[in-house]
Amino acid sequence: MLTYIIRRLIGAFAMLVVISMVTFGIFYVVPQWAGATPEAMASRYVGRAATPETVHLVAERLGFYDPVVVQYGNFVKGLFAGAQYDYGAGVEHCPAPCFGYSFITGQPVWPDLLDRLPVTFSLAIGAALIWVVAGVAVGVLSALRRGSFFDRLTMGTALAGVSLPIFFTGMISLVVFSYGLGWTPPGGAWTDFSENPAEWAYNLLLPWITLAFLFAATYARLTRAGMLETMGEDYIRTARAKGLRERQVVVKHGLRATLTPILTLFGIDFGLLIGGAILTETTYTLPGLGQYAILAIRTQDMPQVMGVVLVAAMFVVIASLVVDLLYAVVDPRVRLS
Amino acid sequence: MSFLDVKDLKIHFPTDDGLVKSVDGLSFGVERGKTLGIVGESGSGKSVTSLGILGLHKGGRARLSGEIWLDGEELIGASTEHVRSLRGKKMAMIFQDPLSSMHPYYTVGQQIIEAYRIHNDVSKQVARKHAVDMLGRVGIPEPARRVDSYPHEFSGGMRQRAMIAMALSCDPELLIADEPTTALDVTVQAQILDLMRDLQREFNSALIIITHDLGVVAELSDDILVMYGGKCVEYGSAEDVFYRPEHPYTWGLLGSMPRLDREPTERLLPIKGSPPSLINVPPGCAFHPRCPYAERTGDKATTEVPALAETEGGHLVRCHMSREERRGLWENEIKPVLETQ
Ligand SMILES: Nc1ncnc2c1ncn2[C@@H]1O[C@H](COP(=O)(O)OP(=O)(O)OP(=O)(O)O)[C@@H](O)[C@H]1O
Ligand code: SF4
Ligand SMILES: [Mg+2]
Repeated sequence: MLTYIIRRLIGAFAMLVVISMVTFGIFYVVPQWAGATPEAMASRYVGRAATPETVHLVAERLGFYDPVVVQYGNFVKGLFAGAQYDYGAGVEHCPAPCFGYSFITGQPVWPDLLDRLPVTFSLAIGAALIWVVAGVAVGVLSALRRGSFFDRLTMGTALAGVSLPIFFTGMISLVVFSYGLGWTPPGGAWTDFSENPAEWAYNLLLPWITLAFLFAATYARLTRAGMLETMGEDYIRTARAKGLRERQVVVKHGLRATLTPILTLFGIDFGLLIGGAILTETTYTLPGLGQYAILAIRTQDMPQVMGVVLVAAMFVVIASLVVDLLYAVVDPRVRLS
Repeated sequence: MSFLDVKDLKIHFPTDDGLVKSVDGLSFGVERGKTLGIVGESGSGKSVTSLGILGLHKGGRARLSGEIWLDGEELIGASTEHVRSLRGKKMAMIFQDPLSSMHPYYTVGQQIIEAYRIHNDVSKQVARKHAVDMLGRVGIPEPARRVDSYPHEFSGGMRQRAMIAMALSCDPELLIADEPTTALDVTVQAQILDLMRDLQREFNSALIIITHDLGVVAELSDDILVMYGGKCVEYGSAEDVFYRPEHPYTWGLLGSMPRLDREPTERLLPIKGSPPSLINVPPGCAFHPRCPYAERTGDKATTEVPALAETEGGHLVRCHMSREERRGLWENEIKPVLETQ
């Protein structure tokens, strides 16, 4: 078990290193290969009006003339130790973890990310809770009542849920529930959890459900299929032969075995959730990482985009690490191998 | 009435292809402390019968009729909840494949503890002690340590022992073992059978052993019931059925008994053909398409279902041939061939 954990930790760390390289490559190396001169890279930091001499100077100070390896080294060093950005006009200090410096807002990226993380986390965790609980519950019930009206209704809805894009379901529910019925606040409403938990939840309700709906549909279908298979297993028959009540047979024996593959999927999905969160945040104009990323892409603010990508990647790696560890707890057969 | 008394049990499954008559009019009985062996090829309805006795077809699409009396109580008409409360306590079952029959995510101990606590209102600690105890009694070494192992950490034979420990944990009065040794290798098979015999003496329960190997039950059983296509074709004391069998199908089973020193293809009297369809059961005697003596009974073999008739002293046979004819065949043609094996 311990070696398994250590192996997974090393794996996760290696993954992060690779991701940082790839990200760095995409945003700094590829443009240079594609023909962007160090001056062109630097010009983003100094504005259009700058003279070629200034641009050259800044490019030098920002290290764009250095070999790629040195640039990467400085980038990593920035993450751990912070960095100084010297524009010639003045020195900006970017404390660790330095994810770079926005050349549009003139601010370090990390504090911005920190500001927006709670929004995205709230959205993601709430939605994840809803989709897992709702998806699994619906899946179990429709498996137990296979062919019933409930089964057909929920599976039909689930099929729609899988195929409808978020901005469509999001828009429709905004129109119906916020503008039409007035049950939920319109888009853009955000209250910090620490300020007012009830309002925090109330504001997030519609985004949660919209985002959860997409995933819940998949989980309901997966749980249903899994339960149908599991309930036909020999050990279910054994559980019944012991005289166990049907409810316990379903939950303790059936669901217990069905949950394992769902947990794996959950790890992947929770990591990928940031993608869904971007769309949801945009639809509901929530001030989260997704919205930040969209803005950053529009203004071509590379350090910001890169910051989001790195944080999102970390999210994926950490989520899958947690799930791998959970997996070992849940499935005793994993612990041996 | 016997402790377990099954009367005219029918278990049919309506399917898209037609009505599957898995069990079609089966009657038998077992007393406490006695063993009944049920023998038949794959698909003859043995498992469906045992699941029927435990009431495990409820909620499925099976249609049951007939009577199942356990200790003076009728079970087919009883409520689902009542039958559930008897399961595991009064009647228990051991399944064929111990690996797939135990939950992969719970330790052997947890599964025995669960079985015990369903019917006994005791703390986990007490149940755990009981589980360790049971594991020791079925011959698992170091039970206090092995109780925390998962089923996949056990060998096949140990798993089946654990399964037996689980089934016996509530001291059932009726124990059904559905092919308890099929998944095991030969030496382990013998150990498990010995263990079952010893435990049965100790617990004085009624035991049903289901198998497709007559040899397995011959030694262990008091009575033997031979099933073919959902029906009983021969039923009697183990002595009668094993040493004086009168049904051609039983002769076939004896002739095709697995033997270590012989390849399956070299068996002396193999049963030709394949088991009958349970939807379109052959008319007349269900065994006639495969029976070497079908012509002897002429048209009757294909038109009239033979009755399960007593030949002598409680020995029942379902065949149109006369008793003398069957005895003659056995003594002069079958037995001499089998003895050369
Ligand atoms: N739920 C069901 N629906 C339809 N047919 C079924 C069902 N359960 C069992 N059967 C059929 O009943 C027949 C008897 O099955 P059963 O499992 O009792 O055979 P068996 O004698 O135990 O064979 P084996 O030695 O292979 O275990 C089989 O042909 C099977 O297809
Ligand atoms: S009735 Fe005829 S066909 Fe059937 S077992 Fe007897 S001899 Fe064979
Ligand atoms: Mg069977």
